[in-house]
Amino acid sequence: MIHFQLNGQPRSVAASPDTSVLELLRETLGQVGTKEGCASGDCGACTVAIGEVNAAGKMHYHSANSCIMPAHQLQGRSLVTVEGLADGNHLHPAQSAMVACHASQCGFCTPGIVMSLFTLHEAQPDEPAPLTPERLEAALGGNLCRCTGYRPIRDAALSMADHPAPRNAWWHDASALPAGDTKVKADGTSTEDSFVQPATLATLLAARKRYPEAPLVAGGTDLWLNVTQSLKRYERVIDVTRVDELLRCDTVTLDDGRTGWWIGAAVTYTQLMPLLDEHFPGFAHLLHRLGSAQIRNRGTLGGNIANASPIGDTPPVLLALEARLWLAGPEGERELALDEFFIDYKKTALGEGEVIRAVFLPAPRPDHTLKVWKISKRREDDISALLGAFHWRMEQGVLREVRLAFGGMAATPKRAYSVEAALEGQPPTDTTFAAARAALLEAFTPLSDVRSSAEYRQLAAANLLERLHLVVNAPEPAKETMLHAYAH
Amino acid sequence: MRTLTSLPLAAPADVKRPADKHARMHESAIKHVTGRAAYIDDLKAPADTLHIALGLSTVAHGRLSHLDLPRIRLLPGVVDAVGAADVPGHTDIGPVFPGDPVLVDSEISYAGQVLFAVAAETYRGAREAVKAAFDAGMIRVDADTPSLDPVAAIERGERVRPTHVQERGEWQQALKEAAHVIEGEQFVGGQEHFYLEGQACLVTPTEDDGVVVHTSNQHPSETQKLVAEVLGIPLHAVTVEVRRMGGGFGGKETQASPWACIAALISRRTGRAARVRLPRSEDMRATGKRHPFHNRYRLGVDGNGVIQGGEITLIGDCGYSPDLSDAIVDRAMFHSDNAYSLGAARVTGHRARTHTASNTAFRGFGGPQGMMAIEAAIDDIARHLGEDPLTVRKRNLYRHDDPSSLRNVTHYGQQVDQTELLHTLMAQLETSSDYWARREAITAFNAQNSVIKKGLALTPVKFGISFTAKHLNQAGALLHVYTDGSVLINHGGTEMGQGLHTKIIQVVARELGLDLNTVRISATRTDKVPNTSPTAASSGADLNGQAARDACVKLKARLFDFAAEHFFAEQGVDTDSMRLEEGQLVVATDSGERRIGWGELIQAAYFGRVSLSEKGFYATPLIHYDRSLGQGNPFYYYAFGAAVSEVSVDTLSGEYQVTRVDILHDVGDSLNPAIDIGQVEGGFIQGMGWLTSEELDWNADGQLMTTGPATYKIPTFGDLPPVFNVALMEGHPNSMASIYRSKAVGEPPFMLAISVWSALRDALSSLADYRRSPRLDTPATPERVLLAADALRRAKVSA
Repeated sequence: MIHFQLNGQPRSVAASPDTSVLELLRETLGQVGTKEGCASGDCGACTVAIGEVNAAGKMHYHSANSCIMPAHQLQGRSLVTVEGLADGNHLHPAQSAMVACHASQCGFCTPGIVMSLFTLHEAQPDEPAPLTPERLEAALGGNLCRCTGYRPIRDAALSMADHPAPRNAWWHDASALPAGDTKVKADGTSTEDSFVQPATLATLLAARKRYPEAPLVAGGTDLWLNVTQSLKRYERVIDVTRVDELLRCDTVTLDDGRTGWWIGAAVTYTQLMPLLDEHFPGFAHLLHRLGSAQIRNRGTLGGNIANASPIGDTPPVLLALEARLWLAGPEGERELALDEFFIDYKKTALGEGEVIRAVFLPAPRPDHTLKVWKISKRREDDISALLGAFHWRMEQGVLREVRLAFGGMAATPKRAYSVEAALEGQPPTDTTFAAARAALLEAFTPLSDVRSSAEYRQLAAANLLERLHLVVNAPEPAKETMLHAYAH
Repeated sequence: MRTLTSLPLAAPADVKRPADKHARMHESAIKHVTGRAAYIDDLKAPADTLHIALGLSTVAHGRLSHLDLPRIRLLPGVVDAVGAADVPGHTDIGPVFPGDPVLVDSEISYAGQVLFAVAAETYRGAREAVKAAFDAGMIRVDADTPSLDPVAAIERGERVRPTHVQERGEWQQALKEAAHVIEGEQFVGGQEHFYLEGQACLVTPTEDDGVVVHTSNQHPSETQKLVAEVLGIPLHAVTVEVRRMGGGFGGKETQASPWACIAALISRRTGRAARVRLPRSEDMRATGKRHPFHNRYRLGVDGNGVIQGGEITLIGDCGYSPDLSDAIVDRAMFHSDNAYSLGAARVTGHRARTHTASNTAFRGFGGPQGMMAIEAAIDDIARHLGEDPLTVRKRNLYRHDDPSSLRNVTHYGQQVDQTELLHTLMAQLETSSDYWARREAITAFNAQNSVIKKGLALTPVKFGISFTAKHLNQAGALLHVYTDGSVLINHGGTEMGQGLHTKIIQVVARELGLDLNTVRISATRTDKVPNTSPTAASSGADLNGQAARDACVKLKARLFDFAAEHFFAEQGVDTDSMRLEEGQLVVATDSGERRIGWGELIQAAYFGRVSLSEKGFYATPLIHYDRSLGQGNPFYYYAFGAAVSEVSVDTLSGEYQVTRVDILHDVGDSLNPAIDIGQVEGGFIQGMGWLTSEELDWNADGQLMTTGPATYKIPTFGDLPPVFNVALMEGHPNSMASIYRSKAVGEPPFMLAISVWSALRDALSSLADYRRSPRLDTPATPERVLLAADALRRAKVSA
């Protein structure tokens, strides 16, 4: 049974492990205000707000695509949908601002937009930051609207504060939440045996051993497409999102002397954002362009790595930063350089029963520069055609410790060792970069696919080196080398 | 005696009213934001309703050699399965010309075509059964090589309809004598509608061997006809209802019918309600899109860049069947001049047959693709002469100042009315957007920056309003007044978000002098207003607004006659002295003004046995087109507009941003400025998507690879230009007697987005010192932009 709160009312519902929140709402509970636009987490029509109690003991809401969120992950959470916001005819500011700004036309995307605006509005008391264009894009970039062209939606977002506050903000009440976690025993069995939600690494490993066929799910942002798009059925799923060890973020000094953080594999992109904002603005900027708010709120760093897609966004950056992995399995725990993790297309060094426990992110070094350049057809909520990550320092006029990695250029995210070698110890001259360009063209033979032709990937990747050339020579360039919305 | 009802859906007090009295909110706005607005899949259905899933061909061309329906029917959870042989009536559901089988009998014409349908107890069960049927080899197909290139298809003579030509004047002579001849070609990509609500319908059987169809549909009357034909029953046994669509954009004009036909077939066979909802990937594979076009132009110009004549050849990629392609390629031809006189010209339109889904109506209906040819040519002329493209555009606009030059007559012989409006609008926008100062700044910026290049373009739109199929230019409405004074209006148009119902309510409220809350609109139903036209061609408010007004005018006359007799029998009042305003009948009498409440009037009329129901009708006058001559007056009027777009292009990656857009658009006297602005902005952004990020991709086997929003990228929030100044042209009512002198607004603004594409070309052109115009096929993705930039740079180096 899933015990949760729906629009303030306690609910206990049974559902198969591969049921999505959207299916639960529309088909089991008859709540049809939340719409299905794509069933792949790309359009936002199904957006709902998920509430949980934060460290300060207060309710905190995030937006999520209900079409690819496992229903069982509602366990102990508050689910708010478009039907729950208005108090009679008294609309929530997210709603009244939309009406006043003429921001709905066909209305089908509107419930999802209202819910994204709701989470933005409800975050305001905690984060009274100004609604900058970047913040609005972050909040609304995952909600497609085919009718309005977004201008009135932008106006609605900006004017919510001018509308009367909700009369009955019941969603702030944390007291009524049902108990959260199901109990997984030491042998891996649990009270909810088809959707196993371990709370500790030990029970996670026990469950993994007991049910080797069961997939691990975190954000479900990729796995659940198997269910909605390929009609795959899962009789049992193991959920890693409640495993304490996987949710931590600890500072550490490694044996090689590097300091940094062990970031739990189930930490979401959104949770990671403040750390990156502070230390790696280039990486943080990339996360703004990874998926949408709804995806970033659910998707995890560990998932992005374990998925081993050649076009995952974070692996090239982590490769350029020489990140490491902490793996845990039945045979014990081990560390591995990330570079050694990716073996071939969607094939990793993860052993049987093993899980990624944490990812080592080294602390930034003041003399190093990190640049991350993602190229996609659309700036927001698009998968990379290619992505380049560049990490280096200058010492007495030559490039040192150059680390380059690309996504979308090979079967796995990949370091460009020969290009690094062409640059290492060299002055950043035209000759040096011509050699690097030649090495790059030699090193990769990308494919043509729906996102890009091989020709474009080669040319654009080589041009990223040209941009690197410009940036290295002019750290604060007088002339513009990037579009403003892409620069950081 | 009963009194007036106060309607529950009044706007809450906290909703601000816009300044303009006609700028009223969408009639469903509050239902939209509270999740109460019901779409097809939200409708409650009987508990035993069947769910239908479709078996789609994965092969683009071939033959269905084996379909084992008996075994499919035995799959777990399956209640029924149907193929072409199970259709009792017509199997061809082509909307205008034959060619669209409801289910494949033998020949397979595109990947995504429906081979069979399965009905099961659950949605998931139906989809799983289809998958199991394929996996178990219950369907076998002999694959053949598909034809996918429309240009090659025309060379081989593979057409869905004959080629059509419009010709006026000695165009060959004009080319010979011209100072310069400009030639070019371009490929203009198609576009997926991406309505947020996919194709869906719910069919329930009736006791009379008929069906009631709830569908997300722009053309209920056609669906009624096709369902009746497929079932082999009379049209009166089929009722089709549409309350609203979650977006249409043309994609639910003909493409909504097949699912209704299939669901109706299953509903009649099983005696149970049946619903269809296409998963997004199936919707994108099964339904037609905006036609991709291949355009060629060869134009002779004088020393000032003024077009003297020439030829334009358009090839529309129609997909496998005619659908609406004849009219779509015609409209492309009608708009290959956009706002410019072509002089002596021949325009040829080919209809290529390829093995893809049958391409169909999409906002602009071929017009945008036709306009792309002339806008490309004008940019080319400007580069050739070293002039600013705006200067060349202005010189070529239709004009009235010299009637003998015939530069106010189109290549199909229609005289362009209101050319002074076009010139004024362009001039106003040129000033308000600060075009020339920005041009100077951009030229200076580009000289200083090697990576980022900026571009600017101002392009006009002239769009012909009317269905080019003359018979479709008619509409009906049904008006009821109930004894409490509440008014119900029904009409043949459908609501897809464009605010048609809101505008019709406004028309009725205005005619009857009532508050909007007193008038309600009900779902469009074929048993209320019959034989309706599709809600298409931007015509919804023009046609149905006039029909609703006609009903009001007739009812009003009857009420006035009754009032004269009932209230003023002794005085003898002339009905000309009566008017309806603010919920009252106002009568100017010799003894001063007398006011009678609407409710009192209605109740008196009821007791006086006066009919309180009326139907209205409208047919657009003055339009004709002789297809055998390629000449005529196909449009009642033209709608105009213009846009200025500025872009910044990263010439290392091809990525770009639209940084500022200024629009001035002509809607005559607006029926509802809030809704019209919404149409202008939404149309522009949708057009921008078509020309920039929305790329359809088919593999060599003819399978569509972009089958969802993960790979097909419509504009999102961040694509909204940071500066977006949109205004409606004021003080220029329609010169024709349209509804309150307004103009249609659904489609024309879509083409304002050509300014974005032209600005991208402008930025690229800076790489060649503005002396060359790069070919830039669309969608102009970062990839195409980078490859164009690279080609220009390499050409410069080798030169």
